[in-house]
Amino acid sequence: MAFSLSATCWRFSVPAIALTLGLAACTPQTPPAAPGASTSSGGSSSPVAAGGGATISISGAGATAPNPLYQRWFQEYNKQKPTVQISYDSVGSGAGVKRFLDQTVDFGASDAVLKPDERSKLPADRGTAIQVPTTGVFVVFAYNLDGVDNLKLSREAFCGITDGSIKTWNDPKIVKDNAGVTLPNEPITFVHRSDGSGTTDIFTKHLVKACPNWKAGAGKTIEWSTGTGAKGNEGVSANIQQTKGAIGYTEFSYAKQTQLKTATLQNKTGTFVAPTPEAAAKALVGVEVPADYAVKVPDPTQADAYPIVSLTWVLLYEQPKDPAKAKEIADFLRWALKDGKQYATELGYLPLPDELATKVAATLDTIKVAAK
Amino acid sequence: MATSTSRTAMPTQRSESSRFLDKGFVWLTGAFAIGVGFVLLAIAFRVGTDSLPAIQKFGLGFLATTRWSVNDEVFGALTQIYGTLVTSFMALLIAVPIGIGVALFLSEDYLPPRIKQPIVFLIELLAAIPSVVYGLWGIFVLIPLLRPFGIWLNGNFGWIPLFSTAPSGPGIYAAGIILSIMILPIIAAISRDALVAVPTEIRQAAYGLGATRWETIFQVILPAAFSGIVGGIMLALGRAMGETMAVTMVIGNSNSINLSILSQGSTVSSLLANQFAEAGGLQVSSLMYAALILFGLTLVVNVLAELIVRRFSLKL
Repeated sequence: MAFSLSATCWRFSVPAIALTLGLAACTPQTPPAAPGASTSSGGSSSPVAAGGGATISISGAGATAPNPLYQRWFQEYNKQKPTVQISYDSVGSGAGVKRFLDQTVDFGASDAVLKPDERSKLPADRGTAIQVPTTGVFVVFAYNLDGVDNLKLSREAFCGITDGSIKTWNDPKIVKDNAGVTLPNEPITFVHRSDGSGTTDIFTKHLVKACPNWKAGAGKTIEWSTGTGAKGNEGVSANIQQTKGAIGYTEFSYAKQTQLKTATLQNKTGTFVAPTPEAAAKALVGVEVPADYAVKVPDPTQADAYPIVSLTWVLLYEQPKDPAKAKEIADFLRWALKDGKQYATELGYLPLPDELATKVAATLDTIKVAAK
Repeated sequence: MATSTSRTAMPTQRSESSRFLDKGFVWLTGAFAIGVGFVLLAIAFRVGTDSLPAIQKFGLGFLATTRWSVNDEVFGALTQIYGTLVTSFMALLIAVPIGIGVALFLSEDYLPPRIKQPIVFLIELLAAIPSVVYGLWGIFVLIPLLRPFGIWLNGNFGWIPLFSTAPSGPGIYAAGIILSIMILPIIAAISRDALVAVPTEIRQAAYGLGATRWETIFQVILPAAFSGIVGGIMLALGRAMGETMAVTMVIGNSNSINLSILSQGSTVSSLLANQFAEAGGLQVSSLMYAALILFGLTLVVNVLAELIVRRFSLKL
C-alpha cells in the first residue's frame, strides 16, 4: 500500500542517515591519537608495488617513542622501493620485545636494551639477538599551564613532582626558579604511562640517578605513587592537552606534534637546559659505545646537555627465518641511517653520529641474509 | 484401492528422508549448543590453569592486597575489584531508571509509530559505537564537560566521602558515566521487547478494572515483564563489568582505592589491557588470576539474577 511504503521509507531513512553519519565518524584505530594528526595512524599506508617484483611485507612491533619517525621512514623508503612494505605496531617496548622473542614479528623495537634473561629466551636456531640503534630520543616534561611559557624546574622541583611531594604549582620549590611568572595555586596532575614502556624506562633510569628520594626503582612498569596513568605516548600527550595543570613525561616528537609546552630541566652540572634536539645531542657526545650498542647516559655530565636522553634500538635475528625479508630490513636500516637522517632531524629525533652509523652498518652485515 | 496403497506408500517414502533430515538437524543444532558451552568451559579452564602459579603464591590474600609491583613481584587485585564493582554499580544506577523509562515511553502509545521507530533504531545504534570511540569521546568531550561540575561538587560537598577529592580529569565518575551510556541501549532495547511482549489482554483487563495508565504500568505491566527486564539488566551489567578500552582511557589507571568517585582508579579489564601485552612470568599468572576473579564475579551476578527472576516474576 502507498501508505505503508511511505511509512517504511520514513521509518528507515532517518535511521539510515544517522547510521551513515555514525559509521563515517567511527574510527577503527586502537590507540588514542593526539589531534595534531600524526602520520602514525596509517600503519603501512604504502601503495602496492607498481609492477616488477613481488611485494615483500615486513612486520615489526615495539616502542611508541620512535613511532612517528619510523612511519615517516617507511613512507619515504617505500617511494624508493615500492616493492617493500613495512608495517609497525606501536605497542610499547615491552610488548615489542615479547613479540620479537616469540618470533611473531620480523623485527622488534625497544627503548630499553635487552636484558640477559630476555636474550636467553631466543631459541638457538635464531642465533643471537642483534640490537642496533636507529636514532636517539629524548624525553621531555610537557605541561599544560596557562600563562606560563617557560617553566624552569630545578632537580628538587622535578623530583618532587614525580614522587608526589610537591602538590601545587605555587610550591616555593618551583616558584624560586621562575621569577616573574605567576604560578597558580592549582594542584599538579602528574601524568605517567599505564602500560609497559621504554619511555618510562628511560625516564625512571634518570630519576634513579638524579633524585635521592626516588624509591620506586627503574623499569618499563613501575609502581607510581601519584598521578594519572595513560596508555602510550599518544595517551599521555592527549591527557596533558586536555587537563589544565597537568605535567607528564613524553618523547619529544609527541610534545612537538601536539604543541605542548615543555619544561626546562636542570642537568647534573646545575645548568638549566631547554629541551631541544641540539641540547639532547650533546648528551651523546664522547660517550663510550659498547659492543652491543647498549649506550647508557642516565645522567649526562656534559655542560649543556639535556639530561633525559637515550638511544632506541631495533631488534633483529642473527639467523632469520626468512632471509629475503631480513635482507630487505637490513637494506632499509642502511638507508635510514644515511639518507633517513634528514627526516630524523625534521621530526625532532637525534640522528646517529657517522662513526656509530658505520659501526651499525658493519653489524648489519653479520645477519645471515643469504638463503641456504 | 490403488490410491489408498499409493497414499500409504508415499508417506513412508517421505518420512524416511525427512526423518533423517530431522534427526540430522537436531544433532547439528545440538552440537552447536554444546559447542558453545564447551568453548566457555575451555576458556575458563585455560584461565584457571594459567593462574595456578599466582593462586599458589598468593592464595586468597590476592583479593585483599592493593599493591601491584612488577619489580618486587608482589601482586594484589583489591583496587581493581573495587574499581570494577564501583563503576559497574554506578553505571547501573544511572542506566537502569533511564533505560526502563525509555523502554516504557517507547512501549506505550505516547508517540505515533512513525516517530517511534526511528527513535528505537537510534537508541539501538548507540550499542553499535565502538568502545574506543567512546573512550576518545570521553577524553576529548565528556571529561572537560564534567570536570567543572566535579570541582563544584568537591568544593561544596567535599565533606561527603563520595566527593572528597578534587577531580583531576579522568576518574571513576567519568568511567561510570561512559559505562552508563554504553549499557543504556541494552537495557532500553531488551526492556522494551519485554514490555511489548506482555499480552494485550492483560493490559485491557487492567483498564477494564478501572486502573489508570500509571497503575497499569507499575502494578501490572512491569511485574509481568519483570523477568525480561532483569535479564536485560544482567546482560548490561555483564557488559559494564567487562568493558575495556573506554574505561582504560578515562579511569586514570591509578592503583589506589578511594571512597571518592571523583578520584582515579583501576578496573580488572583496564589492568589487563594495560599490562597483558608485555607481562611475563608471575605477572601473567597474576593477571590471569584477576581475570578468573572477574569470571567469578560475572557468574555470581548471573546466578543472583536467575534467583531474583525466579522469586519475583509473575507467572503468566
